[in-house]
Amino acid sequence: MTGPDDAAADLALARRAAEGDGAAFAELLGRHYDRIHRLGWRLLGSAAEAEDLAQDVCAGLGARIRGFRGEAAFATWLYRIVVNAARDAQRRRARGARLVEAYTEVEALERAGAEARAAELDWLRRALAALSPELRETAVLVLDEGLTHAEAGAALGVSGGTVSWRMAEIRKRLATLADRAEDMGA
Amino acid sequence: MTDELERLHRAFEADRAPAPREAARKAALAAALAAFEASGEAAGEAAGAAGAETAAAAPGEKISAGRQEAASGARLRRDRAMGLGRILRSTAMKISEFTRPRTLLMGGASLAVIALAVVAALPQLEQADFLAPEPTGQQTADLDGAEGNIETGTETGARSGTLAGTDERRADAPADAPAGAPADAKTEAEAPARERAELDDTVLAEEAPAAPPPMPEPEPAPQVGAVSGGAAGGGLMSLSAAPTARPAPAPSASRQLSAGRVQASPEQIGRLRAKGLAGASDAAAGYAGGIASAPAPAEAEAPPPGYQEQGRDRFEAVEDNPVKLTAEAPVSTFSIDVDTASYGVMRKMLNQGVLPQKDAIRVEELINYFPYTYAPPETAETPFATHVAVFDTPWNAETQLVRIGLKGYELTREERPKANLVFLIDTSGSMNAPDKLPLLLNAFRLLVDRLGPEDRVAIVTYAGSAGTVLEPTPASEKGKILAALDRLSAGGSTAGGEGIRQAYALAEANMIEDGVNRVILATDGDFNVGIRSTEELQGFVERKRETGVLLSVFGFGQGNYNDALMQALAQNGNGQAAYIDTLSEARKVLGEEAGGTLFPIAQDVKIQVEFNPATVAEYRLIGYETRALKREDFNNDKVDAGEIGSGHRVTALYEITPVASAARLVDDLRYAQPVAEPEDTPDAGAARAAEFAFLKIRYKRPGESESNLITRPITRGDVGEPDTEARFAAAVAGFGQLLRGGRYTGDWDFPDAAALAAGARGDDPWGYRSEFVQLVRLAESAAALSRQR
Repeated sequence: MTGPDDAAADLALARRAAEGDGAAFAELLGRHYDRIHRLGWRLLGSAAEAEDLAQDVCAGLGARIRGFRGEAAFATWLYRIVVNAARDAQRRRARGARLVEAYTEVEALERAGAEARAAELDWLRRALAALSPELRETAVLVLDEGLTHAEAGAALGVSGGTVSWRMAEIRKRLATLADRAEDMGA
Repeated sequence: MTDELERLHRAFEADRAPAPREAARKAALAAALAAFEASGEAAGEAAGAAGAETAAAAPGEKISAGRQEAASGARLRRDRAMGLGRILRSTAMKISEFTRPRTLLMGGASLAVIALAVVAALPQLEQADFLAPEPTGQQTADLDGAEGNIETGTETGARSGTLAGTDERRADAPADAPAGAPADAKTEAEAPARERAELDDTVLAEEAPAAPPPMPEPEPAPQVGAVSGGAAGGGLMSLSAAPTARPAPAPSASRQLSAGRVQASPEQIGRLRAKGLAGASDAAAGYAGGIASAPAPAEAEAPPPGYQEQGRDRFEAVEDNPVKLTAEAPVSTFSIDVDTASYGVMRKMLNQGVLPQKDAIRVEELINYFPYTYAPPETAETPFATHVAVFDTPWNAETQLVRIGLKGYELTREERPKANLVFLIDTSGSMNAPDKLPLLLNAFRLLVDRLGPEDRVAIVTYAGSAGTVLEPTPASEKGKILAALDRLSAGGSTAGGEGIRQAYALAEANMIEDGVNRVILATDGDFNVGIRSTEELQGFVERKRETGVLLSVFGFGQGNYNDALMQALAQNGNGQAAYIDTLSEARKVLGEEAGGTLFPIAQDVKIQVEFNPATVAEYRLIGYETRALKREDFNNDKVDAGEIGSGHRVTALYEITPVASAARLVDDLRYAQPVAEPEDTPDAGAARAAEFAFLKIRYKRPGESESNLITRPITRGDVGEPDTEARFAAAVAGFGQLLRGGRYTGDWDFPDAAALAAGARGDDPWGYRSEFVQLVRLAESAAALSRQR
């Protein structure tokens, strides 16, 4: 998603922020807020929760940024924080993701949108529901956020190999899902 | 075939996240900067202090397992930095909490509070943090405790009403406090455990309580950190351990999960907590967290396949009532139940094409949803009429159903007592959905329409902080009440407990002695701030019931509906729980049936049925699982039971197996002594042979403490062709059992239920029964779909 220039600029800003440069920190967050919100929305499924999550992550960053050592790209570091925060949010939700609510939103969209698009969204909804949280996070980071397997691995705290394995697993799951859909159609 | 991953990618592309709201973005950035500044100041101070102390404290300290690798010289400095980081981060979380765009209503003092908290926490840091032997979760709790304390102190003004609850909280807190807190921190450990808990809700996952799940890690992910927090899984773990100790992924486990899923009930979790098994922090997370960190069930993390179980709606797991042998246990006792919440939940799910989860179905609530046309009693002297029928079971040719129907006396408008109502309305952010707050407001508008001019209404909201929106106002000033309702909008988190306290306080202050005093709670049940444990809240409601204030609970929305809590509250508050999913449901509960909802005509209504072993071999109560009473409780007027409102109907069904029936599930014992027939006069013997059972009903008139008794035998004379009411009730009962797994329903299936119900629709002026038939058909297709999965 981010080009090398962006990454370098992020890194420079993050380093300055880590040393206490408030302006750099503000700029850095300004660049990344949307990303945090977007990932939160995808992982938690509702705009309200994404907002809360982004808020928590940003406030957390205010304290954390001083510990940023630049060992990983800022974006990767940030992904990791957001994913962890999202997991935490989900854990608080007793179990799993707040999918039902997400479904409701998706359903509202469906009604508004075109039929073909609705069918695809419906599929997305079921596809995400069929994945375990780990697979869902992986899918979102790789396919939605466009990270490489290595980057996604760094963000998720697993190896790039694990991400590749998970992607294969996701493909398998989705294929099963498609088979079922065909069975149902038959 | 297209590649699945490509398809997923395109689907993501097509389904872009909505742009964040500008206000949210601004608030987040402001919070971040505030935290940033705070951390700058604190870090400066700490760095100085750390330098001064390094020399003093190095040797001889115990080191926790997770940190042994650190060289002792560097350790102190690093520990300090970590401890500091923790405080700063929790401070940041406080900032975040208080500056959320949806929480901003709460008042501007919070930043100042936080600044104070940071300053005051630093000295604590020096005393407690690094002198304490084990830098584990417990110590963190102490530190944050210090911070929490300051906050409670300074914030009292801002959070009105907190003080009133403080004593109670303290009294209840120790179970939540970390076991064996160090003596010097003990005084701090109680109330702050809650504050700490609140923080914990938002602590980022790097230091979050990652409960070690009992499943093996099926992936090559290296699990480095030893979990120093211990098996409790509750408290914070040391930082070195946390980032890698994530919950184990469980892709392969998901199938087995769907089969062996056990939902820990709030009670179970409560017990766990009381034993201190769950750590200090999970109390905070409400029992959402409780489930996640309770040691046993493996179900917490991975959502299983099939989306009927995807929601985070919480339902208590309940086993079906078993078949009882009349010879062994001839007496069945239960409390009546006029709740209908389960029906609303079921309807909502079925309308989404999903079979509701088993535990969401309480068969008696399905049955009692419908207005059966039982004849009411003539006068208010007997508060309800009893209608008994015995007829063949639709799903089993060899058994019979006994229907016990009660119909409450309908108070006329003149007879109605005056009402003192407090609407307690959840306006938290989670209520911000079309099927929640807007629907709720419409529902209350309907209710206001039904009130007499002398009834009084007050409105309390809770969202972050609880507040009285409308002081008690006579219903004759309808405009004023409606205007107050119009002003409500959703935002903030849910201080449900605090709201309940305020609502009760208001109801008590305006108590109408011979009237109805009732708090009407409307929420999605997401009580995440304030009184946290279900039991605590129940206890509160129960104590308040003694003062004469009743509680009704209306649930709204889906996604995080907390059915178990709603249910528990209504049962303990002598009230009714209903789930309102549509405006027509609101009209039913708060409009046409408002009388029943508001005005009780009989309280603590208990039913006891003694079956006759000479005629009935086996019996089974359909539904009422959560309402079972002990046999001896029937005559004990201290034991609480359900209430009947004006015009309410209650129906209970028993499935009985006659002695000669081929359908008996339990064989006779080979070695049992034949029961000696008691000496009888011929008449009595004949009467006994003609009776199936003896029905006893106890009830209290509102406000009285001694119960009255109604009795009647259920005899062969009650046997007959079922009328439409009985057939419809049987159809609903059968359907409910099918949704719960159909253990006793044999081959009888959804189409049979639909046919039976369709033929028993009767008059159905509101279309409830027609709707039911539709729902059965929806269930049929949903079941077909899920079978193919």
